Amino acid sequence: MGTNHDHLQDPHPAAPARGRPLRLGVGGPVGSGKTALVAALCRTLGRELDLAVVTNDIYTTEDADFLRGNAVLPDDRITAVRTGCCPHTAIRDDISANLDAVESLERRHGRLDLVIVESGGDNLTATFSRGLADRQIFVLDVSGGDKVPRKGGPGVSGADLLVVNKTDLAPLVGADLAVMDRDAARVRGGRPVVFGSLREDPGAPEIAAWVRSVLAEHRSAGPAPGSADAALPTGAP
Amino acid sequence: MLLPAPLLLLADSRLPAGGHAHSGGLEPAAAAGAVTDVPTLAGFLRGRLATTGLVTAALAAAACAHTARAAADHGRASGWTVLDAEADARTPSPAQRRASRSQGRSLLRAVRTASPHPALDALAAFPAPHHPLVLGAAVAAAGGSPAHAASISAYGAVTGPASAAVRLLALDPLAVHRALAELAPRVDAVAAEAGGFAGGDPAALPAASAPALDVFAELHLRAEPRLFES
Amino acid sequence: MTRHYTAHAAVRAERDGAGRVRLTRLRSDGPYALRATPDAVHLVGAAAGPLGGDELNLDLEVAAGAALAVRSVASTLLLPGPGESTTRVRAAVGHGAHLDLALEPAVAAAGCRHRAVTDFALEAGATLRWREELVLGRHGEPAGRYSGRVDVTVGGRPLLRNELRLPDPDLCTSGAVLGDARCTGNVLLVGPGLAAEPYAADGLAVMPLAGPGVLVTALAPDSATLRRRLRHGEERART
Repeated sequence: MGTNHDHLQDPHPAAPARGRPLRLGVGGPVGSGKTALVAALCRTLGRELDLAVVTNDIYTTEDADFLRGNAVLPDDRITAVRTGCCPHTAIRDDISANLDAVESLERRHGRLDLVIVESGGDNLTATFSRGLADRQIFVLDVSGGDKVPRKGGPGVSGADLLVVNKTDLAPLVGADLAVMDRDAARVRGGRPVVFGSLREDPGAPEIAAWVRSVLAEHRSAGPAPGSADAALPTGAP
Repeated sequence: MLLPAPLLLLADSRLPAGGHAHSGGLEPAAAAGAVTDVPTLAGFLRGRLATTGLVTAALAAAACAHTARAAADHGRASGWTVLDAEADARTPSPAQRRASRSQGRSLLRAVRTASPHPALDALAAFPAPHHPLVLGAAVAAAGGSPAHAASISAYGAVTGPASAAVRLLALDPLAVHRALAELAPRVDAVAAEAGGFAGGDPAALPAASAPALDVFAELHLRAEPRLFES
Repeated sequence: MTRHYTAHAAVRAERDGAGRVRLTRLRSDGPYALRATPDAVHLVGAAAGPLGGDELNLDLEVAAGAALAVRSVASTLLLPGPGESTTRVRAAVGHGAHLDLALEPAVAAAGCRHRAVTDFALEAGATLRWREELVLGRHGEPAGRYSGRVDVTVGGRPLLRNELRLPDPDLCTSGAVLGDARCTGNVLLVGPGLAAEPYAADGLAVMPLAGPGVLVTALAPDSATLRRRLRHGEERART
């Protein structure tokens, strides 16, 4: 095989091509519940999976501190990346710092099953590069308005899973969940949507189950289809 | 004369090598009130260019020259250790050494993907090589000269913090751009001076320090909130 | 007629058979008059200056196992004159030897053009304390042109190469260089057992180097504050 061209196809050679952890991006607007979802996944999956988290917060290391403070994960499994006022740049246009963070977590802990990369709170156009995340979840909340799914944007329409959080607030903010469901289905081409409230259901079992199924698929298929690593040669050198 | 596109790619601020998260000391300088508007930014950039800018440009030029020599000599991997130590000796601040190495590692990742070269492989043997060393080797790999390496390095020494100032202080981007344009002749002068050292003894490379940047770099690690890595 | 000095002073300290440190060389020359006291060798300025055109050299040698402290009795005023003035210190410190070089501040008077060159060559196992302080101009005057460079090697490997280039007032006042400080200085400590963690405060940074040393850098509005910050930094560097 044409091994002399392998370097051209490998955008981040430090990451092992096979058997590397699933990288799951969690994005969404400020206050929609990204960190609460990451904490929920850590709580629910932490006992069965070897996992670590990278946070990209606009301000400070607040998200990382939240996870530590809630004793969801030990300190050395959380890395905070600073994004120079540009959270979307760090997860989409220039993923270097996040790749460095993911790789140093992988080096520190050996074999991990799952690395969750949480984006900073950003607008609806923010989305994870396929070079960084194998799969991504986009988190909305009903208080942002029931028109958000209709407006779409790469996060809403392209994410592998759309989570609509804070459904318990729907009557208070006058959001019509049926409208959100219908609009989301229209722009998402059949990809799944989960409605729920992380406050009422802090374990997020439905989302955790989705992560398990994605992880199983990742393990059986090697590099996830559609991810940048899919182009990697799989044969021995 | 054409501007070679492989070199333009290395000078492009959109190069995905992690630069956007570093302010070159601008964020702590702004926090300390040393940079508040376009005139104080222009002064900051002049000072940074004449100090850190000169030193990193000279290191980049020396690394570029070393890459060419090493190719002719089949190897000479030890030269990288020498240049790495010279970069360390010129960077007393641990925070700045870390920032330089982290950006070097990111740049190496980006340029190895784009243009493979034995010098880049040699640098990959370091856990995180200093940024100017990687830049110099990348310029050589792209067919450029030590003078090109010095120019790209000196240019980046001012455009990075200028862009951070626009984002952080919401300065008028057109006014900041004018300040950069006014600084351009100085960028060229610093690059010319830096390039002149490329073939000589690495010990004699410039070592211009910026005491305020050193203090800011260390204060930054204690500051909250901070939006930039450095 | 303009007075013009090229001076070459030298000190050599050795450890004798009884374990005592002896000065086997003590050479004064021109403005560099040296006086030995039990604690230190003192530089007692025999003339004002240096003035532009002067070239003053001081060679220090501390042989293996010996210790030497060098002090000065007053600050050095860098004055204008025909051409550039230069001070050059070359120090060689042997295995197990210690050099403590801490002169009073240099004051870059208006119109001066001065270059200070300092070279420390330490053998492996040598230790060093070096303090330098610079005041930019006498009271109320702008500073002249100053450049200083220090090169420190330990066992032939570079530990610190640090230049301060102040070719024009424009650069001094850059927020990246000195800002509104009128004084700046460093204390360099080389040896084992120094602080591994950096420390910073207003106008002060304590910076563990990549090699076996710590550089304390300070900026201050006046020389008394500078000395206080350097002293504080040095304490932190030793903990």
